[in-house]
Amino acid sequence: MTLKGAWLKTRWQESTRMKLNYRIVLLIIATIFGLVFSIPSFTQSSEGKKVTLGLDLQGGLHMLLGVQTDEAVRSQLKSIASGIKHFAEHNDILVEGISVQNDTVVFELLDSDDATSIDEQLKTIEGTVVHAAEGKYVLSITPEQAEKLKLQAIDQAIETIRNRLDQFGLAEPTVAKQGMDKILVELPGIKTPEEEQRARELISRAAKLELMAVDEERSMRVNDLSESEAASYGDKILEDALQPQIKHLVNEIPILDGSMLTDAHVGYDQNNRPVINFSLNAQGSQIFGDFTGKSVGKRLAIVLDGKVYSAPVINERIGGGSGQISGNYSVSEANDLAIALRSGALLAPIYMMEKRSVGPSLGADSIKASLLAFATGAALVVFFMITYYGYSGIIATIAMIINIILIIAVMALFGATLTLPGMAGIVLTVGMAVDANVIINERIRELLREGASIRRSIEGGYENALSTLVDANLTTLIAAVALYMYGTGPIKGFAVTLAVGILVSMFTAIMGTHGIFHMLMSHIEKSGKVNRWFGIRLERKG
Amino acid sequence: MEFFKVRQPFNFMGWVKPVFTFSFIVSILSIYLIMTKGFVFGIDFAGGTVVQVKYDKPVQIDVIRKHLSTTQFASAGIQEFGSPSEIVLRLQNTTGDVTKDTAKQVSDALNGTGTFEIRRVDMVGPKVGKELQTQGTIALLVSVIGILIYVAFRFEWRFAVAAIIALVHDVLITAGMVSLFNVEFDLTVLAALLTILGFSINDTIVIFDRIRETIHDVKEGTKYQISAIINESVTNTLSRTILTVATLFFVVLTLFIYGGEIIHGFSFAMLIGIIFGAYSSIFVASPFLIWFGYDVAKAKAVQAEKRRMQLEKDKMRAQFEQGTV
Repeated sequence: MTLKGAWLKTRWQESTRMKLNYRIVLLIIATIFGLVFSIPSFTQSSEGKKVTLGLDLQGGLHMLLGVQTDEAVRSQLKSIASGIKHFAEHNDILVEGISVQNDTVVFELLDSDDATSIDEQLKTIEGTVVHAAEGKYVLSITPEQAEKLKLQAIDQAIETIRNRLDQFGLAEPTVAKQGMDKILVELPGIKTPEEEQRARELISRAAKLELMAVDEERSMRVNDLSESEAASYGDKILEDALQPQIKHLVNEIPILDGSMLTDAHVGYDQNNRPVINFSLNAQGSQIFGDFTGKSVGKRLAIVLDGKVYSAPVINERIGGGSGQISGNYSVSEANDLAIALRSGALLAPIYMMEKRSVGPSLGADSIKASLLAFATGAALVVFFMITYYGYSGIIATIAMIINIILIIAVMALFGATLTLPGMAGIVLTVGMAVDANVIINERIRELLREGASIRRSIEGGYENALSTLVDANLTTLIAAVALYMYGTGPIKGFAVTLAVGILVSMFTAIMGTHGIFHMLMSHIEKSGKVNRWFGIRLERKG
Repeated sequence: MEFFKVRQPFNFMGWVKPVFTFSFIVSILSIYLIMTKGFVFGIDFAGGTVVQVKYDKPVQIDVIRKHLSTTQFASAGIQEFGSPSEIVLRLQNTTGDVTKDTAKQVSDALNGTGTFEIRRVDMVGPKVGKELQTQGTIALLVSVIGILIYVAFRFEWRFAVAAIIALVHDVLITAGMVSLFNVEFDLTVLAALLTILGFSINDTIVIFDRIRETIHDVKEGTKYQISAIINESVTNTLSRTILTVATLFFVVLTLFIYGGEIIHGFSFAMLIGIIFGAYSSIFVASPFLIWFGYDVAKAKAVQAEKRRMQLEKDKMRAQFEQGTV
């Protein structure tokens, strides 16, 4: 009994005479690291960093929006014109024909005594050039200022869209600038076409609120006037929002606009229909009060995005600076509009440059398809490696599994997105990781055939393969980096997994397997079973 | 298990002439195809709208085409997509209007053709398509130049140029096949071309590395032809080349079969690229070394000089560390 016990003990010691080395320690640390950081991704738990699925896999809406920046400059001109008009009226300065023409603001000063005071005022307007001759003023925006306004319009659009989407309550919306002048919007939470439509309307709505004076003198003739005739009086013809056949003739320069809005929320009118109540800031209230005080008996048009929602008659001076927009809104429409008004108007209209929307069922199908491809591919490789290389094939397989876990972990740490081409990238990485082990194993076999000892063959095999492996992987990495730099969307995702895969596989397939061999070295040497370990039969010499 | 127990080098360079002629003809045909037939560009590059619709049972394309002929989508291209119950509609036009709901319009137009679900609507505006085209071209050029510089730095210019010629050959032929088989050229096909660049250079480098090593091992004074060295190196790496290409090929084949319609173009291009990548490393890249007048004796002299310098340096360091200098 004791004899057998002792024998068993020595057997045990022999078979476990595994030496730890720095490579295997690193591999173990990496594996633990990989497991810890990849588990949240596999279980898709809410805690911890995880790999987010791309829109092509989880479904959602991807948009690339452009901004019509010229409109921003035009709207700035209008706002300047409206400022001058208000200044003149407030200070009893007589000006005539104030309007926006060919990217300039023009007006005529009737009394030259007021020239100094108007010149002073014009000087305070930033980034403009003023030409004045015989009381006729032409004010234009400098090219630098125009450029600045265009950039501002893009940033403002991003900010506004982000605000709107945040208030809309979708999960994890992305709004980011892409390139110089494009806006990337990604909405993973969108599931139905109706939701998509609502989101797109919310985003694109200009939400430009204007309060405009109705031209009472000519209002009767509105149906006979052409656009250009109206313009010659400094007027504009606008449609009614609820009854498009009704036209309104209003002053082209608004009394005030939505930039002076402080709040907008949904309320209900006496018939219990949803309306939007808005309030103005101090400056807006002042202008509003001044105007209504002077215009009792006239009408005030409430204009939203170029359509007249109501044009009530002013009964008395309205102080306090609040108003109401009533349309035939549903509650959700009123809600979206209030969000849009609160988040501010878009300085310039946006347009669609690219749109990709994927339904959740397609995403699920894509995941299923790529997982199937992945599993089949991996199974094939494993089967082949083990039949061809024996135990070293198993070692390569272990390295490959750690490799996949590590790729997921690294991607999760960087918050990378996994797209469908990204999945293809991982499948390819599996192929490449195995290539490294094929090269190494072939080198080991070569040395074994030459008659080198097992230890010498393993060491030499790694040594000989190293420069090839580094060169081969680095050149592929160059292609991956180029893809990342110049690719967009899903292609970037592919480049990321490919690059991460190359780097990680260099670690697991080269260093990791070397470590495992080291650990098992004395065991392999003792067994001397070259066929079982490396899959070759040596021809006995002599 | 072992497949290749060959000890005697194959005379690969002996086959160069016929094989090279084949490569040359296929390359020229590819160029011809690309120039005359061109590519079926996907909306990524051409711009346009694609709508993917899934029915609950197989549908007849003709029936749907007829149904749509009276609607605004009369000019839409209709194709089966992956399975008989799934179709895609391709529309040339795009709209910049953010609020326009193409899905709803298509859904209305298809009303009455069965129970279906709109699974995907992709719209790429003409400006974005142009940009993606330029970016794609830049990506290809940047990687080729990057690889050229890297190989020139690690080996020498002749190796670098030979490797690049093989690369261009692979990409050209793959692109030719994409054109020939009317595979839609989209972003994923571009990604495949770039990956092929990476893999093809991989194969070439494994062989070049072996050539360098073989030259290194050649005994001083023996007369050695470069073609003999190439033959020996290619033979020594042959089992690796075939094994790797075979595994990669099967992995991509599973992608091609099970990966779904969306990465079909990608896996198709990869299948061709992998085969030609390995082939070109042996039969295109290596012969160019001979034609560029790569001289074994000279290379050995350079290697010997490098070794001598290294020895000198080591000696100096040793002396320095012992404090004798």
